[in-house]
Amino acid sequence: MADVTHQIPEPIPIDLVVNGVRRTLDLVPWTTLLDALRDHLQLTGTKKGCDHGQCGACTVLVNGRRVNSCLTLAVMKDGAEITTVEGLASDGTLHPLQQAFIDHDAFQCGYCTPGQICSAAGLLAEGHAKDADQIRELMSGNLCRCGAYPNIVAAIQQAMGRP
Amino acid sequence: MNNFQYSRAADVADAIRLLTADPGAKLIAGGTNLIDLMKENVERPSRLIDISRLPLRNVEETDDGGLRIGALVPNSDLAYHPLIEQRYPLLASAVLAGASAQLRNMASVGGNLMQRTRCGYFYDTATPCNKRSPGSGCSAIHGLNRNHAILGTSASCIATNPSDMSVALAALGALVHMAGPSGARTTALTDFHRLPGDTPHIDTNLGAGEMITAVELPPHGFSHNYSYLKVRDRLSYAFALVSVAAALELDGNTISEARVALGGVAHKPWRSLEAESALRGQPATADQFSRAADLLLQGASTSSHNGFKIELARRTIVRTLTQAASATPQSQAHKKIA
Repeated sequence: MADVTHQIPEPIPIDLVVNGVRRTLDLVPWTTLLDALRDHLQLTGTKKGCDHGQCGACTVLVNGRRVNSCLTLAVMKDGAEITTVEGLASDGTLHPLQQAFIDHDAFQCGYCTPGQICSAAGLLAEGHAKDADQIRELMSGNLCRCGAYPNIVAAIQQAMGRP
Repeated sequence: MNNFQYSRAADVADAIRLLTADPGAKLIAGGTNLIDLMKENVERPSRLIDISRLPLRNVEETDDGGLRIGALVPNSDLAYHPLIEQRYPLLASAVLAGASAQLRNMASVGGNLMQRTRCGYFYDTATPCNKRSPGSGCSAIHGLNRNHAILGTSASCIATNPSDMSVALAALGALVHMAGPSGARTTALTDFHRLPGDTPHIDTNLGAGEMITAVELPPHGFSHNYSYLKVRDRLSYAFALVSVAAALELDGNTISEARVALGGVAHKPWRSLEAESALRGQPATADQFSRAADLLLQGASTSSHNGFKIELARRTIVRTLTQAASATPQSQAHKKIA
């Protein structure tokens, strides 16, 4: 491929509503939503694992839908509502999924946990998982290298109200 | 990632104008494949044209009783759309067999058709690859080629198309609608993707400045006798070694119409009209399915590590047709293969 010298573009102003708070940022277009959250908004709860959409550690909710923030360009989400793990608890009360992950010891090192919890929040909102097999399949985009999977499934079942 | 310019298209005409004005530009919708390839330095567009806000998100009934699916419908919305679930469950099943819930929420129908091979050498810029760098050679032919193609290969490339959705669309006889500088046109999905030949860097017959606007399903959805069976190294979230989309129309136990498409074995979804024709008028038995498998796999050629794919494909074809005939389609959540 021929070498191409690109003109460096100016940062682009964008608005995001992150965890209910409107944030205005000037970002160059190759800034991923993940890097915008971590490096520009200091919301480091969302984790960078593989950075290629394979591990799910970067999962956040965009307009209520779970996505891989590492494969999302922030400029493309101008105007969107973003929910990260920092935005799940309200008034000092943990989100039912956060409490369930504690109750079931659904982690070991914890690095995948914010992504697991945001992904599970998306799964609950989607409403397609009815049993443990379906939870496992629809959570397959979130890897846990410590292998806490049985406890993660149990935690999600608790949050679904299916003990 | 290399730097690039960013433009947001106002409408389809604007997207085509921007695309035509800059030969290094690429369209972006879900971005799940393109951004990954940009991070790997495999794709280096000078400009990204954001089409994600264009009004191409509808699923509409056509006058002849089919469905027209906008190019920007997310994969998850497609798979769970009531009309798709009811009338084209083969397509819903194939979409749910691919990627993860997050990726399906992002990825668009048009982007799914445009996704590039997952050949490891295509991704590895330190190695020769005719698809990434035309004329540099193929590292897979004498390399690690366990995942690679066995049908329609060439001396230049043995890469596979990774899509599950396209395999079901091929079986269903879908059409691809495109818009471009010289107007709109339509092609059969089976003519949209190309075999590698000596130009493996060209994946599809989409012309310069063209974009996909919709995919159209014909009226016949094969909603009773169908199955999509995907065989892979893990049960979830992995690309196919072999996948089969099977759809039958039965009159008693006699096959009146048959569709079979294969994934994971070629540079495009693989159909054999000869195999489908051989099934018509025959009883729905394992012997007939086995004959069809022979016809589908006619001319298969293997490399050093993927010889197992011929027998795997043969068995998967027979199994999938058996599931379709007995109206017990493969579940994508409960993994036991019946």
